[in-house]
Amino acid sequence: MRLPIRYTMRNLWTRKLTTVLTAGGMALVVFVFAAVQMLDTGLRKTLVATGQPDNILVTRRAAGSEIASGVDRVQASIVEAQPEVANGLAGERLVSKELVVLTTLPKRETGQATNVTTRGVGEAAYTLRPQVSLVQGRRFARGSAEVIVGASLAQRFAGASIGSILRFGGREWRVVGIFDAGGSAFDSEIWGDADQLMQAFRRQAYSTVVARLTDASAFDAVKARLEADPRLTVEVKRERTFYADQSQALSNFIRYLGLTLSIIFSIGAMIGATITMYAAVANRTAEIGTLRALGFRRSAVLGAFLFEAVLIGAIGGVVGVALASFMQFVHISTLNWQSFAELAFTFTLTPGIALGSFMFAIVMGVVGGFLPAVRAARLKIVDSLRAA
Amino acid sequence: MHFLKLILRNALRHRLRTALTVLGFVVAFLSFGLLQTIVDAWYAGAEGAAPDRLITRNAVSLVVPLPLHYREKIRAVEGVKTVAAANWFAGVYKEPKNFFPQFAIDAVPYLSMFPEYRIPEDDLRAFLRDRKGAVVGRKLADTYGFRVGDTVPLKGTIFPGDWELVVRAIYDAGEPKTDTSQLFFHWEYLNESMRKRQPARANQVGIFVIAVQDVDRAAAVSEAIDKQFRNSIAETLTETEQAFQIGFVKQTEAIVIAIRLVSYVVIFIMLAVMANTMAMTARERMSEYATLKALGFGPFYVARLIFGESLAIAMVGCAIGVALTFPVGDWFAKQMGTLFPIFEVSVETVAIQIGCAIAVGAIAAALPARRAARVRIVEGLRAIG
Repeated sequence: MRLPIRYTMRNLWTRKLTTVLTAGGMALVVFVFAAVQMLDTGLRKTLVATGQPDNILVTRRAAGSEIASGVDRVQASIVEAQPEVANGLAGERLVSKELVVLTTLPKRETGQATNVTTRGVGEAAYTLRPQVSLVQGRRFARGSAEVIVGASLAQRFAGASIGSILRFGGREWRVVGIFDAGGSAFDSEIWGDADQLMQAFRRQAYSTVVARLTDASAFDAVKARLEADPRLTVEVKRERTFYADQSQALSNFIRYLGLTLSIIFSIGAMIGATITMYAAVANRTAEIGTLRALGFRRSAVLGAFLFEAVLIGAIGGVVGVALASFMQFVHISTLNWQSFAELAFTFTLTPGIALGSFMFAIVMGVVGGFLPAVRAARLKIVDSLRAA
Repeated sequence: MHFLKLILRNALRHRLRTALTVLGFVVAFLSFGLLQTIVDAWYAGAEGAAPDRLITRNAVSLVVPLPLHYREKIRAVEGVKTVAAANWFAGVYKEPKNFFPQFAIDAVPYLSMFPEYRIPEDDLRAFLRDRKGAVVGRKLADTYGFRVGDTVPLKGTIFPGDWELVVRAIYDAGEPKTDTSQLFFHWEYLNESMRKRQPARANQVGIFVIAVQDVDRAAAVSEAIDKQFRNSIAETLTETEQAFQIGFVKQTEAIVIAIRLVSYVVIFIMLAVMANTMAMTARERMSEYATLKALGFGPFYVARLIFGESLAIAMVGCAIGVALTFPVGDWFAKQMGTLFPIFEVSVETVAIQIGCAIAVGAIAAALPARRAARVRIVEGLRAIG
């Protein structure tokens, strides 16, 4: 025979303050646990969205990041001439030879000078990155000192709105458009004409070459051919893989730090639950004796007390996840160590994270409530009845 | 005396509960201390900076180089004592995760500007004589087991190719804030190799490190340098070493702020646990408090009993937590290797820990103390736990 659920509920209700405090501690732990994973997911989503599955990205061998890479004009042309590279509607090669440099812009709120990725792109860039669409103004004109800026960048940096002038590379650049890149890393970039930027920065070589393949499965063939070509010192990656790798260090840092903290913090919360449950058992010794005398088995008592702890955990879990869901409104922008550029992303809540965090709370409840519940179950009827 | 004894006896009545609460405190304050120290370590580079050192970089951004001939022009600026070229090398030692700072430097002027790098005389001479020589910090040497005479192979990322450097000297920290996780080698060697491998990228310098003659004129000197190159191919930005370092930290500030916030979350978790303990304790003893009152003790006496007990538990937990912060911090720093060059538990951290413990103890006792002080004798005597 099981003890009714109402019994447990009313016990929690009677000790409201204690229940709230214990569940509150757990809610904070769950909040940290969920927030960290949301941050990591947001970061990955941003960088994975940056790459298209059938695009390849060619960099100098062992460059690691776009800014450290260099592909000269001859090498770029060889990449462009590969048979697997797709053609556009007008018959043009779907290749964008790009220059990636960092410039500094002051942040709107703090005035802090921050590294911003500035990308010189070719004509095909808009086709290669279909997630990029203009929301305001127009595209920059070829051969002119005009640039367009990402929506997230326009928001965060001073002097990055339409019509304003940016100064870098010894020239002035007029902002003529703002584009939305669907939450990808391009949202934090400045785009201009590759040839104009190369002149301004006195570069002889492009940084990277991006190309669309006719078929994503042709990747291995192209990679093998290009990397074996003695005229080239390049590395070929899928665009998506390349950007995902870019976030590896930051993502690992966030994840490991976050998990370590959650686990350490959860010890505190579990101790809270144990204290509460031990007190609950001590206060109700006579009650437990009575229940047992009435014929409830040890397992029923054990179950009832464990359930009580789990319920506290569940309350903490729900509150914690609810709190964490508000974090979705917060935007984070920080320096990505691997690309050395500013990157903006958001907390992203997925059903998996919500469920995982809730389960984490339940586990905290079970672990915290286990020893007290065992003590309750092991009480002898006679002793406990006498205790009153 | 009796009062203290009463508090202690009370605290020890529920040994298990008190022990658990203290354990919670230890865990919470230990992790709080470690987190604060991680944040401090983040800023440590800026604190190790000397006020008489300036850094000149390209105004566009750090990754855009400056031409080599700027070195002589900067040297000619009034108030400049020494100039040294330096390049961030960013080579990979075996695996990308083995990160440590590597700089190609104008050895003689550069090392003269950093007297806090203590290098034995003979080793220094050996380093200066060897074109492919390198100087490594003590911490770096300990982490990877570098000894004088060892070859360090690096795979270039910014400067392509394989590079083999020979450790000729190991430097020790002259000050507690000195970063000994770096590797230095000859800028000349880098430049010669680049001239062969990629002539277009030779004679380019990442930053110039400058020592000024007079600290008070540092601002004027940096202005004079930047003015010299205004409207040239590569405009410069000169700032103090500290401002340069803080610029880096500022860009990752979002993460630092997050760590700081999270470290206070653990204090709140502990507050919830402590408040819970005190609320339960006070509720169980309500009839005792009523008895005390019936005997003639005032409400403040009862309140003080609860505050005292709460603070006593908090202080014991905090003391153990603080004491553990030091050994665990040392262990953590060892595990992290060269990631945090300077990892030291600061006095402020300990002060904040103690402050938070007192606050948590007091706040946790507030509500139960108020209730106990106000309880009417008759009600209290009737109360059951």
